Amino acid sequence: MTVSPPDESAPAIEVSHLVKAYNGIPAVNDISFSVGRGEILGFLGPNGAGKSTTMRILTGYLPATSGAVRVFGLPVASRGEEVKRLIGYMPENNPLPEDMRVSEYLYYRGRLKEVPRSRLSVRLDEVLALCDLTRVRHRIIGQLSKGNRQRVGIAEAILAEPPLIIMDEPTIGLDPHQILIVRDLIARLRGRMTVIISSHILPEIEMTCDRVLIINRGQVVAQGSPAALRREFLGRSAYELEVAGDFAALPAVLAHLEPSLRLDPPLAPEPDSPGTFRRLRVVTDREDDLGEIILRGMVAAPGLRVRGLRRAEPSLEDVFLAATQRSWDVVDGATRPDVR
Amino acid sequence: MRHFFTILNQEIRMLLVSPSTYIAAVLFLAIMGFVFTGILESYSATPQETSPAAVFFQYFWLPVFFMVPLLTMKCLAEERRLGTLETLLTTPVTTTEVVLGKFGAAYFLYLLLWASTGGFFYVLQHFAGDARFVERGPLIGGYVFIAVSGLLFIALGVFASSLSRNQAVAGIGAFTLLFGLISGLSFVDGMALLDLEVMRPIKEAVSYAQVFQHLEDFSRGIVDTRQLLFYLSGTILALIFSILGVEAKLLHG
Repeated sequence: MTVSPPDESAPAIEVSHLVKAYNGIPAVNDISFSVGRGEILGFLGPNGAGKSTTMRILTGYLPATSGAVRVFGLPVASRGEEVKRLIGYMPENNPLPEDMRVSEYLYYRGRLKEVPRSRLSVRLDEVLALCDLTRVRHRIIGQLSKGNRQRVGIAEAILAEPPLIIMDEPTIGLDPHQILIVRDLIARLRGRMTVIISSHILPEIEMTCDRVLIINRGQVVAQGSPAALRREFLGRSAYELEVAGDFAALPAVLAHLEPSLRLDPPLAPEPDSPGTFRRLRVVTDREDDLGEIILRGMVAAPGLRVRGLRRAEPSLEDVFLAATQRSWDVVDGATRPDVR
Repeated sequence: MRHFFTILNQEIRMLLVSPSTYIAAVLFLAIMGFVFTGILESYSATPQETSPAAVFFQYFWLPVFFMVPLLTMKCLAEERRLGTLETLLTTPVTTTEVVLGKFGAAYFLYLLLWASTGGFFYVLQHFAGDARFVERGPLIGGYVFIAVSGLLFIALGVFASSLSRNQAVAGIGAFTLLFGLISGLSFVDGMALLDLEVMRPIKEAVSYAQVFQHLEDFSRGIVDTRQLLFYLSGTILALIFSILGVEAKLLHG
């Protein structure tokens, strides 16, 4: 039983100018974004950036201070009951009752989520198998390991096959093997359901998500696919070069190969003998691969010996740090007089 | 209201598998058993005018003070502390259904425990073989009083639980509310200050809310609709405040 969204053309989520303040202190400050159907969106941000608050507003659990949130075209504020039927939500820290059995709990949740009784036991078996919980289905939740508890939370979120799934830090506290299972699980939902996950584990987000939204201090600081974000925030492509020999001639050699090539950071004079290899970072403004040109140039240059060349792949972590740093600079620059 | 029975069913099951329920039940039956034995002993020593059932129900406050907080303190406070209130309220369930479900389960257990004291009277009748000891009127009146007043007592407990995320605070809150209602109001009723002419309306209102007076009337077989209304309206009010309590906590994080 897949609940069909009422409006066929509306995007899964539309958030416009959302503001949420706790006792006058803004946690979310004028956020706008939209998520298309079937998209997997990663929600990134440092602690206290407003990720959980935004997710809670999306589910209708918290009311917004101002702004509009629509889920499949339905405004959450006025039609919360219908919206709740379209969402599977796993809150931060995955709260579960301690004294129930896994299958008991999922059955109860299924009833609350209005899965028909006839369908429920079949669906329960499906979900248990999908989340690799079949072995522990009769165990008491309070006695489960953290990984199993986490998967019970995920099973609960996808139980009623809602078209939209919101998970707040689903991989927190899991070991690499379990993270792999969760990743597969999310990958299997691709196309069928729209998924929003928040996480601190950036490689995780990079691997599973189509699009990333970085928020900091209650504002969207960056959004786009991981590749696009890389271009936007780190701009140039970088190469790692391992050379020995006459370092003083190196900048000239590089500039001769391609005018935009330069060392970053600039070469520091080093007292040790010219025979040792040093790892240097070379950056360029050009997008295309200059690896071969550099390598040929190095080999041809007199007095330089090259041992290795590698194109440096900036990770999402770099993007994240750059994006949040930039927003901090902006915010701090604007508000410094009040802060001090 | 379609989820009310799902929640009620679940809550009753959880209460029935929880060890604390059985501890409370044993405590309750032990205390009421001692009370009952004490009454019988005094009856065997000297002849009394009232029926043992009427005297027995005079002690209703004793279990109410400790049982009701024990039964209700967990219901909303624990859900909030664990965070399961968040998962519960993000399903298509309304706050009203949640509060009513919790209330219904606690009330059911309260009635079940009181019903088990019926065994005392059965034993008495069986071994005394004298119908005079177990007069129908006061017995039925007493149980009706328990059932009707229990609605309000449990609702107050649920209300106290809706205000806190700490079970102990909820339990003490429930105890305070019940103590104020049962003992506090009868104390206020006796104050000389209220005998002043200006205080007359307050005096009337306070004497209308005398729980012990209600018990006496019920035991004599007088079912006053004003008293029924007192408990019913009080229950509804307490439940509405519980719903507001849960939602207010949502609004303020």
